[in-house]
Amino acid sequence: MKMINEQDLHSERAPRVKAWVRSGEPLIWLNAAAVSVSVIAVVGLLLLLAVRGLSHFWPADVLAVTVSYQDQSRELLGEVVEEVEVAGVQLREAGIEVQGPGPYFRRTLLKQGNRDFLGTDFTWLINEQFGERRLPPDVVVVERLEWGNFYGYLRGVSRFNAPPVTVAADGPEATWQALQTLITDTVAVREEIRRIEQVDIGAINYELERLRLRERRLELEGALDATAAADLAGMRAEQEARFRVLQEELYVLYDSIKDHSYSAELADGRVVTLPIAKVVRAYQPNDMGVFAKLGMYFERLWEFLTAEPREANTEGGIFPAMFGTVLMVILMSIIVTPFGVVAAVYLREYASQGFVTRTIRVAVNNLAGVPSIVYGVFGLGFFVYFVGGELDQIFFPAALPRPTFGTPGLMWASLTLALLTLPVVIVATEEGLARIPKSLREGSLALGATRAETLWRVVLPMASPAMMTGLILAVARAAGEVAPLMLVGVVKLAPTLPLDGNYPYLHLDQKFMHLGFHIYDVGFQSPNVEAARPLVYATALLLVLIIALLNLAAVSLRNRLRERYKSLEH
Amino acid sequence: MPRWRHFKDRAATVAVTTGGAGVLIAILLIFFYLLYEVLPLFGNARMEPRAAVESPLAEAPLMLAVEEQTELGFGVFADGSARVFVLDSGELVLTETLAPELGGITAVAAEGAEGRLFAVAHDSGGISLHSHEYRLSYPGGERLITPRLERHYAGLALNTGAEPVVKLAVGDTDEGLVVAALTRSGELQAHRVVREENFITGAVSLSQEQLKIPALGGVTAAFHIDEDLRWLFRLDASGGYTVLNLRQRDSSGYLQVAGQGALFNGGGRLSASAMLLGGISLLAASDRGELVQFFMVRDGEGGNQLQRIRQFGTDGVVITRLVPEQRRKGFLALGRDGELQIYHSTAHRRLLSQEALPLGEGAAAISPRADALVVVDANGGLRSWHIHNEHPDISWSALWSKVWYESYDEPAHVWQSSSADNDFEPKYSFAPLAFGTLKAAFYTMMIAAPLAICGAIYTAYFMAAPLRRKIKPMIELMEALPTVILGFLAGLWLAPLIEDKLTAVVTLMLALPVGVLMFAFLWSRLPIAVRSLVPEGWHAAVLVPVVIAIGYLSFAANDTFELLFFDGDMRRWITAELGISFDQRNSLVVGIAMGMAVIPTIFSIAEDAIFSVPKHLSYGSLALGATPWQTLVGVVIPTASPGIFSGLMIGLGRAVGETMIVLMATGNTPIMDVNIFEGLRSLSANIAVEVPEAEVDSTHYRVLFLAAFVLFMFTFVVNTIAELVRQRLRIKYGSL
Repeated sequence: MKMINEQDLHSERAPRVKAWVRSGEPLIWLNAAAVSVSVIAVVGLLLLLAVRGLSHFWPADVLAVTVSYQDQSRELLGEVVEEVEVAGVQLREAGIEVQGPGPYFRRTLLKQGNRDFLGTDFTWLINEQFGERRLPPDVVVVERLEWGNFYGYLRGVSRFNAPPVTVAADGPEATWQALQTLITDTVAVREEIRRIEQVDIGAINYELERLRLRERRLELEGALDATAAADLAGMRAEQEARFRVLQEELYVLYDSIKDHSYSAELADGRVVTLPIAKVVRAYQPNDMGVFAKLGMYFERLWEFLTAEPREANTEGGIFPAMFGTVLMVILMSIIVTPFGVVAAVYLREYASQGFVTRTIRVAVNNLAGVPSIVYGVFGLGFFVYFVGGELDQIFFPAALPRPTFGTPGLMWASLTLALLTLPVVIVATEEGLARIPKSLREGSLALGATRAETLWRVVLPMASPAMMTGLILAVARAAGEVAPLMLVGVVKLAPTLPLDGNYPYLHLDQKFMHLGFHIYDVGFQSPNVEAARPLVYATALLLVLIIALLNLAAVSLRNRLRERYKSLEH
Repeated sequence: MPRWRHFKDRAATVAVTTGGAGVLIAILLIFFYLLYEVLPLFGNARMEPRAAVESPLAEAPLMLAVEEQTELGFGVFADGSARVFVLDSGELVLTETLAPELGGITAVAAEGAEGRLFAVAHDSGGISLHSHEYRLSYPGGERLITPRLERHYAGLALNTGAEPVVKLAVGDTDEGLVVAALTRSGELQAHRVVREENFITGAVSLSQEQLKIPALGGVTAAFHIDEDLRWLFRLDASGGYTVLNLRQRDSSGYLQVAGQGALFNGGGRLSASAMLLGGISLLAASDRGELVQFFMVRDGEGGNQLQRIRQFGTDGVVITRLVPEQRRKGFLALGRDGELQIYHSTAHRRLLSQEALPLGEGAAAISPRADALVVVDANGGLRSWHIHNEHPDISWSALWSKVWYESYDEPAHVWQSSSADNDFEPKYSFAPLAFGTLKAAFYTMMIAAPLAICGAIYTAYFMAAPLRRKIKPMIELMEALPTVILGFLAGLWLAPLIEDKLTAVVTLMLALPVGVLMFAFLWSRLPIAVRSLVPEGWHAAVLVPVVIAIGYLSFAANDTFELLFFDGDMRRWITAELGISFDQRNSLVVGIAMGMAVIPTIFSIAEDAIFSVPKHLSYGSLALGATPWQTLVGVVIPTASPGIFSGLMIGLGRAVGETMIVLMATGNTPIMDVNIFEGLRSLSANIAVEVPEAEVDSTHYRVLFLAAFVLFMFTFVVNTIAELVRQRLRIKYGSL
């Protein structure tokens, strides 16, 4: 300190800087900057998710442009996804000739759709090659079940067994109306087909499988005599008859829509005819006002939330994943709460507070920090292969060698996550129990209540806010956890929901879809990452919202409980 | 009534105690289950007698083999016959004379360790090729194995001359065949058969030639051909070797000698030799108990030489027979006095050492699944043993230290678990995975630790209370953010961004502290009237627009700086000028993304520790004239340091175990390189990628469980240290 003072005397030029540095102010500012950076990072992250996730549903304008390069020009049609700057060096290295002075050039990523005709959905273009940019009002965007979006100009609509309506003969407005009516009709028929296929035929298949298992079981038990066999055959014939009836219905429905078609002109002038049966919806974004677009926005948002995925998960909705996530978290909560609370009560109220209990407490605390993948490995080895394999041997020998519980599934995923979150619940509940004043317990005991009664009537109610806190933390952790689930039950596409109308309604042995895994799978394993990207942002946003919602719900519940027992605490 | 209540009370006690203890035991189960899955990796092999019968074979075969199901044995005998017999009874199932037109048999050699194809040398000097095949069928639910012998290269008239052949070696590929033979007079011959298939007609034409072998000194004791038919290893009785290049000849047409030398360091004569599975490694044993593995390694000058790879401990046993396994790089060594030892080459490990077994002098064979050893002695006595040796290919040293794998130029740390066929040598080295894990954790902590701790210091000590009440939950909210989202943003948004705007990212990291300091200095120069608009403890709020502005400027200046300093593209510049390779998904991306996940953990614990330092300590310091900063550095931080340390440890534990971010934000390549611009593969991501595909209870599966166990123990130890430190802190505060 003295040294610095002496130096100060010599350096007269910047005494104020020195003094300022010595006061510690700069370091305080740097520390403050750390907070600012962290906060900006959090907020920025959420904003990024929100902007990218929510903008996906907005029907963007479709750009028509002539691109000319080396004496060749072609017409393009599509949505602008992004524009970036790229160094001229990189372009020249890639063998592209650029005219402008550079050194940087703007590039546009255009979603041109029409994968069935153009090969790729997306194309990078260099802006300097652009001719005039146009937004033709009669461009039609058709969302399809296969091959991604279609962009083009509508030329005609042809209904099965009816004269075609064409732009040339009937005018654009009438053709457009005809297209919309036809799509609405077709979608209704497709809905009906889907209902028959999934619900009715699904139930028949389920029943047939149960009959097969019953026959196999009887066979294993040696009880498959003639009467039983005839019985089974009768039931099977009945199901098969029902199946044939439904199949007839399906044929009729399929036939009724298969010849509806529309013809359209591509940007390059080709005219193509496509089936209406594969159309989800059609719209003319360049001709839509803000309110019409808003309507379309919410329609697409609703589809995202309630529909099933299509096109290898890159389009459509994510309802099954949402459903799977919530169902799994609920099952996990049902398992983890009683066990966690019992363990905490034992540790705090019943076990003698010695060295052993203290060690256990530390160990339980530490388990909360054990990587989740370790729980996944344990779940796979112990629950799935060991316990599940045993269960199959004992209860489901008829289905073998196909495993019932000896394969990853909903039950094992819930159990694994319950184990993963158990320490969280135990620690939180214990803290709550520790906060309850001794005088209350003593008062209850002094009035003649037994230990169990004191626990049940006094201690547990007062500790309930803490239990809720534990559960909140557990739920928040479980909903976002993906790594262990990849090993114990999550799949990229589950054909049916784990909860349906077929007995026993809740299918614990089924694999399920999960939002977190959906993000990983679509974002990283999908063949068409570029097309899937906006959907992944939307899914990520939804996952964040679900977790926030679960948290908020539990927080408000905790506060309500806390209010109720507040009077007791003083 | 009281009795009923008493009963309920007792019942509750029992229920809670059993329930609680049960839950705690279930938690312990994780540890023990992982251990249970891992331990078999380090267990030794066991063997037990299976059968010992006097068989009608009456003599020892020249070659012995066992069929896949370990039910039948196969032998080739000097009288020209091949016989298939039941292992447990000796009952003959099939007897057939091999190439009867060529006469009796003087020598037999199997091709490769699997040995389905074998070459037979006859009295007449003719050589024929055959294979033994088995067909499985289940008539009436019973397993039935039907043996069948097949002749190969039937149109070939290979002849070694009048001298009977005493030893034979054969190598076979799609392109043809090499047969080496040693006659009674000691002449070594080599014949090559080239097989050409007409693409259109499918007709096969064979052409043969005798290769000229140069004069080699000494007595030829053994010779082997490698899998590519490139090298002929000739071993002489006194322990020397000569490697002949089968593809190159010298000026006078003789095979070129590619190397010569002594096999054994301790001298001694050759007592046994064999090729390991895959036909790359040569094993040789001396009569002084030395057992060594060799294979060809490229030397610096474009040539190849036979390299001594590793020596196995034999405890001085003189090995007379070496039997390679047929699916793994393991082998059995049979000693002169009935000793049996089981080794594994890659793991460099002896799994079993048995003494004084009645092994006899005859032929020995191991079953294809390596679960049985069969010996037929000179009188036809048939003995077999069960061998339990499930996981020989792992040893502690192979997991962590460098191993010289076949076809590698030098020992290396390699993780390569998947295999296309049985010949593949699985490479289970944890070193690159552990390195990747720690590398990711290191870069994470480099980013997270300063931000989290500085942030915690400011929030706990300087920040105004109303702001603190908002900021703290906000940063802690990040803890609930699913890591899969961070990983996805890192992989699909941040990685391309950093690749594209690398200069801006680097500029930002440098400009941020500098810019903040400059702003702070300017702020201190502002008139007091302006400064007092912002109350004390709101620095962070003032800085938000400043930080955003610095960030914006850094990105806006990206192109200018790139043009000025890096020829317009920093990425290319680092690769070209600095020679540092650049992956899009690199450690910097992981560091930033995982930093986001770890910051709230460290922040929360450190902030609590600093905030709970008793206020009278800092008041005392301030009252004595210290500035707030001096008080912080001199009083508050030392008191809270155990808490900060504990936060760092827990953050480290999280960084080490995090899976999704590493999985999505790195290329998952198991390399060992500290370069921040290259990817990595961590233990946890490796588990997530490979466990679903590993066969249950296989070595690979158990190795992945071992990886999980290592992670478990690491985080458990780190967290325990953190917890103990925190408890001490609590006691310390209690006394203040």
